[in-house]
Amino acid sequence: MTSNPDGNPNGKPKFAMCWAASCGGCEIAVLNIHEKILDVDQNFEVVFWPVAMDAKYKDVEAMPDGSITLTLFNGSIRNDENEHMAHLLRRKSKILVAFGSCACEGCIPGLANFSTTQEIFDAAYAGISTDNPNGIRPQSAWDAPEGTLHLPKFYPVLKTLDQVVPVDYYMPGCPPESHQIGAVIDLVIQALHGEATLPPPGAVIGAGQSTVCDECPRARNVKKITHFARIQDALIDPALCLLEQGVLCNGIATRSGCTALCPKAGAACVGCYGPAEGVLDYGARLMTAVASVIDSTDPAEINRILDSLPDPAGAFYRFNLAGSLLRAGKAAWAADRVKA
Amino acid sequence: MSKERIGVYVCHCGTNIAGVVDVEEVAQWAAGRLKDRGVVIARDYKFMCSSLGQEMIAKDIHELGLTRVVVAACSPHLHEQTFRTACKRGGLNPYLCELVSIREQVSWVHTNKIAATYKAEAVVSGGVERVLQQVPLEPLHVPIHPATLVVGGGIAGIQAALEIADAGYHVYLVEREPSIGGHMAQFDKTFPTLDCAACILTPKMVSIGTHPNVTMLTWSEVERVDGYVGNFTVTVRKKARYVNTELCTGCGICQEKCPKKVVDDIFEAGLGYRKAVYTPFPQAVPKFPVIDRDNCIYYEKGTCRACEKLCPTGAIEFNQKDEILTLQVGNIVLATGYDLFDPRRNPHYGYGRLANVFTSLEFERLSNAAGPTDGKLVLRDGITEPRTVGIIHCVGSRDRYFNNYCSAICCMQSLKFAHLLKEHTGATVYNFYIDMRTPAKAYDEFYQRVLSEGVLFVRGRVAEVTDAARLRGEEGKLIIQVEDTLAGKQRRIPVDMVVLAAGLQPRHDAKDVAKLFGISCSSDGWLTERHPKLDPVATMTEGIFIAGCVQGPKDIPASVAQGAAASARILGRIHQGEIALEPIRASVDADKCSGCRICNDLCPFNAITFHADRMVTEINPALCQGCGTCVAACPAAAISGTMFSNEQILAQIEGLLLLNLNPERAVTYASEAVAA
Ligand SMILES: Cc1cc2nc3c(=O)[nH]c(=O)nc-3n(C[C@H](O)[C@H](O)[C@H](O)COP(=O)(O)OP(=O)(O)OC[C@H]3O[C@@H](n4cnc5c(N)ncnc54)[C@H](O)[C@@H]3O)c2cc1C
Ligand code: SF4
Ligand code: SF4
Ligand code: SF4
Repeated sequence: MTSNPDGNPNGKPKFAMCWAASCGGCEIAVLNIHEKILDVDQNFEVVFWPVAMDAKYKDVEAMPDGSITLTLFNGSIRNDENEHMAHLLRRKSKILVAFGSCACEGCIPGLANFSTTQEIFDAAYAGISTDNPNGIRPQSAWDAPEGTLHLPKFYPVLKTLDQVVPVDYYMPGCPPESHQIGAVIDLVIQALHGEATLPPPGAVIGAGQSTVCDECPRARNVKKITHFARIQDALIDPALCLLEQGVLCNGIATRSGCTALCPKAGAACVGCYGPAEGVLDYGARLMTAVASVIDSTDPAEINRILDSLPDPAGAFYRFNLAGSLLRAGKAAWAADRVKA
Repeated sequence: MSKERIGVYVCHCGTNIAGVVDVEEVAQWAAGRLKDRGVVIARDYKFMCSSLGQEMIAKDIHELGLTRVVVAACSPHLHEQTFRTACKRGGLNPYLCELVSIREQVSWVHTNKIAATYKAEAVVSGGVERVLQQVPLEPLHVPIHPATLVVGGGIAGIQAALEIADAGYHVYLVEREPSIGGHMAQFDKTFPTLDCAACILTPKMVSIGTHPNVTMLTWSEVERVDGYVGNFTVTVRKKARYVNTELCTGCGICQEKCPKKVVDDIFEAGLGYRKAVYTPFPQAVPKFPVIDRDNCIYYEKGTCRACEKLCPTGAIEFNQKDEILTLQVGNIVLATGYDLFDPRRNPHYGYGRLANVFTSLEFERLSNAAGPTDGKLVLRDGITEPRTVGIIHCVGSRDRYFNNYCSAICCMQSLKFAHLLKEHTGATVYNFYIDMRTPAKAYDEFYQRVLSEGVLFVRGRVAEVTDAARLRGEEGKLIIQVEDTLAGKQRRIPVDMVVLAAGLQPRHDAKDVAKLFGISCSSDGWLTERHPKLDPVATMTEGIFIAGCVQGPKDIPASVAQGAAASARILGRIHQGEIALEPIRASVDADKCSGCRICNDLCPFNAITFHADRMVTEINPALCQGCGTCVAACPAAAISGTMFSNEQILAQIEGLLLLNLNPERAVTYASEAVAA
């Protein structure tokens, strides 16, 4: 063999995976593809994957631009280290995939965009559950006797990957489901062998075309919402659509692909697979849909129904705040502007 | 650089726009700054909607090879059709034309000329971006079924049905009550000419009953409407009459012999009785009675059957069942009329508590020669003629606690009552009015006549009607407490009888009727016309027309005119054989639809169907009116609307924000605009 299908004469195509601001679940999800991980090893040379192997940033910096065939980037951009890695891997990679909800749309870390840096630090480094008598807060530079120590600089507004660099594909999910990861890896391998074509750049991969309801087995009727209930407070009919029982199920607006795991297990869909194709703002879509079926025309009654909805911002924007049109609360934005 | 060739036309609208917006400047700006976006020509013109303005567009399409047109003028409500047609004449698909409003949205709402001019430019820029996203569309052609359904057999419905039937087409007339006739059948005389209501109405009712082109379905109601203009399928419940109409001769023996008397709340307005088997009035059409099951002794106790025993033709059939009929029609007229305002809602006037306070409809029945008192105008005891009568106008109308609107007919109807009282009893009659409203033909003359007959008029809203006597002469009387605003003092006027000119209200079930037929009603409940001035009998749903009081309070002449107008519209369609529908519709992408059913109940036009077998939703394009409700609601973004796609709307917003100009230009422009 003179060259592999990628045209790289020196061996297998290169693979990288990077962990930015995220919980680490995405990394585990990739490992969770079981024996398929061997296909990765067989078809790719893993050049950078901190969770699975030892590699240094400087090793990546030393690689020629565009030399990594596939990079799965998970996590959002919370600090300047994340941003540095985003730019670096963008430069080095042919295909950069925003992998998982944090990279795609900000996910749970993105909810911090409702708060200022000060508030976030207070929550993390003070309060009754924290033992921090000297009130120490993270600093980006600190002069120790041995020299200056650097920590990544914390940004006032968390960003999604495509808010800092161009992204080739999006793979949603918190985390992406293993069967979907497996399918995507298969697809890339086939494409490398010229047996399949990759979708057009900008596409969402490893997910369905419809929404979670499409895969949900629960029976549904014409929707009418007369009240909202938390799942633990209601007697839930196991065969009937949760939303119809007043439990805010985000399945209506969330991209399919997960096989409706949560509603099948009796829990409401929280929306981790993100917006459906062509939706600009997930939370706004979901809110409009839910508002359309509030079953009353009396303003007082409507208010009463809406008041029974716990934590609307968290419910509608749980995964999508950073990727939404608003992106952040006013105070966080103001601080971000000053920084810029 | 766009590959499209766009023409921009900025209208002066005389001084309507040009008085506030510098239209020449807007045209020049578009020609210069929006050149990169494809604008090849931008002109301003005095009246774009004039034939010269329209010809200018057509000529430019030919000569300059325009592929898109933006007209900056008035609201699309007014002239969208005009300019689309102009483009069509020029050989351009009409849907590649965009009308943006710089009149309603700019010149009429701003006074600062410089700022208004900037805003007009932004609006044009939005239009240009939007038109770039537009695609050619073709109208939908649907055939028109020649039969028509008329719902409601009052005077408006009767007129509509007769006009269509006389023109040679079939009409189904569905009436809820046992007889057609509506409110007019309850009256004795009609203003302003005082002709006898029965004399002018009965011949029309008989024509309906005997017309070969009319299928009259009384004691019936529409239960379901499917389909769309040209092709409606209507399900009608024909309630069991328990009388075989093939055998019944209308002799009336059953009604005479039926032992059960029932207060007639509908036709006699609660003032008289009918039997459990009844026709509401002697001239009823059809002549066949119905058995009112809820009050019939046989259905209650299992015995009686007097009517069955005595009917000479054996027409009584206690085991009859409701029939469900399915009708195919191309168009529908709704003429379900009005309800009378219930004056009990205003306790100050004592109706229901003070015996000799009457409603206007009760008075109509009193004055009717065929009514419960044989036309004698007497008090509730049935014998005493009143010596003094007070007629109170605007009861429940022009009143912010009840209905804000004017019921239109009550002044004239009160004058009619005053005249009848004078004529029949010679009583002293007071009219308590806020303003006299007698605007139609021969109406004010009638007012003058009643004035000359010695009827007294007190201007002021009555505060209270009471039987609590305070002053001498008030004992045993009803006292009307009123501020006489012309005399500038409070007055107490003792009378024997009070007549409340209760207002007209939408039918109690008007909202359900609107929903059933997929049309909308105002917040009051009157069904909404397509345009209040220019299209009063059409509705926003193609193929559904409204006539008479269902659209708003009006008198008989106006109800008749609307009935005739609706039928003229329908006849025009039937003659054409088909109708072209606007292609502005929503559609569902079945692959994206998850079958969540959020949208299923939202369509005001009943265009949405859910297929449970495939778990997908579908929109019937002929029914959809392109309102966009479902498009916004679909959480899966599976529904898109032609002419209102996300791309079009976002492009327009970007255009409005001038993001289409290169960035520096946009920034300088914005700061100039802010400075203005
Ligand atoms: C006291 C009084 C006096 C008046 N005097 C005069 C006068 O002298 N001169 C004058 O010009 N105007 C007069 N008017 C106004 C006049 O009554 C109306 O203009 C006229 O009756 C309106 O006719 P219509 O057909 O629209 O409605 P309606 O007369 O109300 O007829 C509607 C018909 O539809 C039927 N219907 C209702 N709902 C349904 C349903 N869901 N399905 C099937 N059928 C249904 C009803 O049973 C009824 O037969 C007077 C009004 C009042 C209240
Ligand atoms: S339970 Fe949730 S996912 Fe299932 S049908 Fe209802 S809204 Fe959709
Ligand atoms: S856009 Fe949707 S809601 Fe509106 S008329 Fe069409 S189908 Fe009905
Ligand atoms: S709202 Fe959208 S996804 Fe849900 S049923 Fe309607 S078309 Fe389908």
